[in-house]
Amino acid sequence: MIKAILIFNNHGKPRLSKFYEHYTEDTEQQIIRETFHLVSKRDENVCNFLEGGMLIGGSDYKLIYRHYATLYFVFCVDSSESELGILDLIQVFVETLDKCFENVCELDLIFHVDKVHNILAEMVMGGMVLETNMNEIITQVDAQNKMEKSEVTSVLA
Amino acid sequence: MALKIVKGSIDRMFDKNLQDLVRGIRNHKEDEAKYISTCIDEIKQELKQDNIAVKANAVCKLTYLQMLGYDVSWAAFNIVEVMSSSKFTYKRIGYLAASQCFHESTDVIMLTTNQIRKDLSSPNQYDTGVALTGLSCFVTPDLARDLANDIMTLVSHGDCVKRKRCSVLIMYKVFLKYPESLRPAFPRLKEKLEDPDPGVQSAAVNVICELARRNPKNYLSLAPLFFKLMTSSTNNWVLIKIIKLFGALTPLEPRLGKKLIEPLTNLIHSTSAMSLLYECVNTVIAGQYCSSVGSVVLCVQKLRILIEDSDQNLKYLGLLAMSKILKTHPKSVQSHKDLILQCLDDKDESIRLRALDLLYGMVSKKNLMEIVKKLMLHVDKAEGTTYRDELLTKIIDICSQSNYQYITNFEWSVSQPVTPHPPGISVSWWTIRVFAVAQMATLLDNAHLLTGSMQRNGICEVLYAAAWICGEFSEHLENPLQTLEAMLRPKVATLPGHIQAVYVQNAAKLFATVLKSQEGNTDSTTAQETSQLMIDRLPLFVQSANLEVQERASCILQLVKYIQKLQQKDVEVAEEVIALFAGELNPVAPKAQKKVPVPEGLDLDAWINEPPSESESEDEQPKAIFAKEEPKHSRPRHTEVDEKELARRREARKQEQANNPFYIKASPSSQKVYQDAPGVEHIPVVQIDLSVPLKVPGLPMSDQYVKLEEERRQKERAEKKKKEKKKRKEKRSGRGKKHDSGPESEEDITPAHMVDIVTEEMPENALPSDDDDKDPNDPHKALDIDLDKPLADSEKLPVRSHRAAEAPKSPAEDGDAESAATQEPKKKSGKEKREKKKDKDRDRKVSLKCSVSLQIQFSTSRIFNELSPSSFWVFNEKKSSKHKKKKQKKEKEEKEKKKKKKKHHHHHHHSDGGGEESVQNGTVEEEEPLPVSVYDIQGNLQDGSQVVVSVIFENKCDSFLKSMEFNVLDSLNSKLQRPEGSGPHDGLTVPFQLPPGVSNEARFVFTVQSIVMPQKLKGTLTFIVKDSSTHEKLDFKLHFTCTSYLITTPCYSDAFAKLLESGDLKGSSVRLEGVNMPFHHLLARICFHHHFSVVERIDSCASMYSRSIQGHHVCLLVKTSGQTVSIDAKCDEPTLLGNVLDEIKQTFSQC
Repeated sequence: MIKAILIFNNHGKPRLSKFYEHYTEDTEQQIIRETFHLVSKRDENVCNFLEGGMLIGGSDYKLIYRHYATLYFVFCVDSSESELGILDLIQVFVETLDKCFENVCELDLIFHVDKVHNILAEMVMGGMVLETNMNEIITQVDAQNKMEKSEVTSVLA
Repeated sequence: MALKIVKGSIDRMFDKNLQDLVRGIRNHKEDEAKYISTCIDEIKQELKQDNIAVKANAVCKLTYLQMLGYDVSWAAFNIVEVMSSSKFTYKRIGYLAASQCFHESTDVIMLTTNQIRKDLSSPNQYDTGVALTGLSCFVTPDLARDLANDIMTLVSHGDCVKRKRCSVLIMYKVFLKYPESLRPAFPRLKEKLEDPDPGVQSAAVNVICELARRNPKNYLSLAPLFFKLMTSSTNNWVLIKIIKLFGALTPLEPRLGKKLIEPLTNLIHSTSAMSLLYECVNTVIAGQYCSSVGSVVLCVQKLRILIEDSDQNLKYLGLLAMSKILKTHPKSVQSHKDLILQCLDDKDESIRLRALDLLYGMVSKKNLMEIVKKLMLHVDKAEGTTYRDELLTKIIDICSQSNYQYITNFEWSVSQPVTPHPPGISVSWWTIRVFAVAQMATLLDNAHLLTGSMQRNGICEVLYAAAWICGEFSEHLENPLQTLEAMLRPKVATLPGHIQAVYVQNAAKLFATVLKSQEGNTDSTTAQETSQLMIDRLPLFVQSANLEVQERASCILQLVKYIQKLQQKDVEVAEEVIALFAGELNPVAPKAQKKVPVPEGLDLDAWINEPPSESESEDEQPKAIFAKEEPKHSRPRHTEVDEKELARRREARKQEQANNPFYIKASPSSQKVYQDAPGVEHIPVVQIDLSVPLKVPGLPMSDQYVKLEEERRQKERAEKKKKEKKKRKEKRSGRGKKHDSGPESEEDITPAHMVDIVTEEMPENALPSDDDDKDPNDPHKALDIDLDKPLADSEKLPVRSHRAAEAPKSPAEDGDAESAATQEPKKKSGKEKREKKKDKDRDRKVSLKCSVSLQIQFSTSRIFNELSPSSFWVFNEKKSSKHKKKKQKKEKEEKEKKKKKKKHHHHHHHSDGGGEESVQNGTVEEEEPLPVSVYDIQGNLQDGSQVVVSVIFENKCDSFLKSMEFNVLDSLNSKLQRPEGSGPHDGLTVPFQLPPGVSNEARFVFTVQSIVMPQKLKGTLTFIVKDSSTHEKLDFKLHFTCTSYLITTPCYSDAFAKLLESGDLKGSSVRLEGVNMPFHHLLARICFHHHFSVVERIDSCASMYSRSIQGHHVCLLVKTSGQTVSIDAKCDEPTLLGNVLDEIKQTFSQC
């Protein structure tokens, strides 16, 4: 199970937070801060796994992250997930974002966090991996966007 | 209308959208909080508008603010509004917001049930998609229960693959929240393992793996299926999951491990995917108890490759897996010690930590000192506190593991300044006490080195232990007076409070020892000087700010003063003083307190005396004596001052408990604490400032010990060799056989001291077990359900409103397990008969057999959880039935949580005159249709005159049934609601056909004017049997009892009293004779069958309350004496009351 998915930038500003278990807003912020603190002080060429922080999970949980340019993508998962598998999943996620936003950069995530959520919803549902094939994900996202567009135009017409 | 929309969208142009909000926040970096608060005000305004587009926009912005940490729960209702928009765009925004901020205690969540149900069955697959995604995040037990059936429908009938996939995944969440659904839903989930679509299949694998991980033994029966999948699947994701699942299963079933070895080794050799390789290795390790040495060697080889890889990730995983092998095959890992020690130098902290873990397991008697020495070097180098923490804890763990079994030289161990638990050691091994005490005394003497400038750092914690040891085992001290003097130096007052406290207490012990030693002396000056010393120095501690120190010091001061007086009179006091501290201390196991069984009848939460009234001082609050638990605040009305005071006391108590070496802490991590080391909580690891010399003059260096130990071993070896030579000589003279002494083996190292390991004290009748480590709150515990047992009839997913039921009316009353058991064979024999009959029929070339079952069940909707549902069955009256054979099957199922009871009552009708009929109907013989339908009456709280009846139609014959029409003869009071335009006698078409063996549900709405009387409605069901195209008719009766209109409503006793006092209620009473059951059963039965709730119960008397859908209050006062039960009842509607009482009476007359 995936317990949380966090994206934040090099300064710890959250760009997306998805918790598959309920926490209060304060705890969520604390978790983001703590995770940032743990992840940011690591060198570039060290392993991408981190034993979980104090707030989230416990011994069964791991932080699996990747660092792309200005953004950290962090998945907090328990032992039922394959570590290397999740790393691949992060890669798929980022590539999908890249396709959907055409050369994704931090600004895309800042202004379109709702879209990022929608893409993520096609990959992970309730903490379980739903789809790992990028083309499938993009087809689904596109179809929904098309539908949204047709609704908007019908309102304006 | 169109104008309004246009206007709305123009308005909207002036609103900020999400992008504007983000931009605004970025432009207001200095006063972000202020800017956001104005934005929130705007959003509040927008939410007040009617235009859904504006609302959706506002909710979208709120979702963003939620991510930034703002609480947006106040907008929950608006989110629900947006969710229920018919437009996908808005719906998606609403569901996203809901998934981000709804949780179990969001109260509006119960408003969403119908919306979600609608979306789940929406023809638009994307609506379903967003609903499922949202639901997966905020599903609650109520939602899970209400929607389980809808989700199952999607799973089995969903045409769209994606929808199917989602719904399979969400089943896991439903099971978690509503464990009762697991058994009925499991067969379908199992089916999905073999779904043609790989996506659905992988979703099913995902869910089952997640379930099986927590309760693997229930899923062993699926192993063959998974085995097939594993050998056939090519999807790495699925393979990884399955292999992980096998990892959980193999420890339970050794044969499985054997079977798996081959395919797994194949995969290990063939796969190029590292992730898969790694999981295979992991699973082989999990099954290694039975696997061959060869496979373990293969794994270790592969892992070594991983560890040596330049990719840090692989290195990390390799070490992780290695540590698992270590547990069972330590030998094969130990040969890679070099590699692992190398990893300690890695720049990556995660890897270093993993390597440390491995070292912990690799320690043996032989290499302990060496490894610890290396680790100590690393402590010097280590930067970053967490890692150093971990290092030091590991060193301690390594030394202390398995009750210090690897430590051969305790002198070495005790001299390690970081070792925080000399008290633990010295208690356990009396042999080294003398040594330990000497060491500690030196340490105390040199305490000034440790204190002073390094006040902050935790090294002074060791003094805590030292002081205690010196005091407790003071008889071993060479010069107790000197130590006493050292302990009473004024500098001590700068130490932390808890250490001072120990100092003071142990000074008293030393004092006693000094007195004792001076006893025989004729010259009493030393003794008197000592007393004087105590009296001089103690006042310093009496002034201490620390309560504990103060208290102990003033106590002891008075004692010493008294002793001094006695001394001046030349009274011998030593004996008595020493008696103060007499008694040997045994180590106590960390879990001991938990193991003490709670004496029967002891309830620590209960008040011993009546709770003190408000005015009393709160000193009388009961204090938790045994556990660290804080006193429960039964009265939240305490003033704030009291709270503060309490907090202070609590703090002080905690402090005291922490300082008390005899106090067993209720620390949850007790399994990590290998010894009852007092002060483990204060392990100085965090703050050790390494510029501080760890060496204390007078203490031999640990290095020296290593050398000494080496020498000792060499000596031993030499001696051994000598002996062996001797032996060899003897042998040579005897047989002349060669006998080489191989490399020194583990067993050859003799410990430097023979030590007795004192077993830790445990209370009697406490078994050492680790069971208590399980978390009782784990939601997965509820899912520990046997899945192989055949489904009982009562186990089905709640179909829409099947939640509560009502008083049993059928002749088969409250059945119990015994009668069910006796009925079972009968039923079987009946079945057999039918089988035989079928054969006969076949001989006669009978072409059709048809039987339809119609189960009818009543229930009122469950609005509150406490509602106990029961069901009862009303049976059709068959017009043409000639002979009825009744079979009854009763089943009682009691679930602890929900107290669900369902009774099943099947009537099987057999046409015995089959022969005659066959003459009448030509070649067609028809077995009597068995119409049993479950029906469920749901009163509508909003509309007190509407009742929904859900009927389940089950086709029990072999033919297809179609064109079913349901009709009820309306009475004056109750009418079936028919679509507009149809006549009052038209039937309603049932919107489905029934293939053989299938059941489905239809709902019919009735309007009921008066609910004060029970009534029966006659109805007919007509249908066409497809094969023969004949019209069949089935008569039945619907029984609306009065209790079916009652809804369990909790009522507080004060409200109840007010209700009775109001005088609006009319009374009536009833007596039940010969009721032979315990009172609480009786109450449960009334609650259960008649939807009452207990307001208050005092001995053999209880008040109960219920409410009708039209708002009538029904109050009962139930008293029992012997076998007579009297029920005094009050209700604002006497007729209703009379009928309810009649029904209650009937319930009890049938038991």
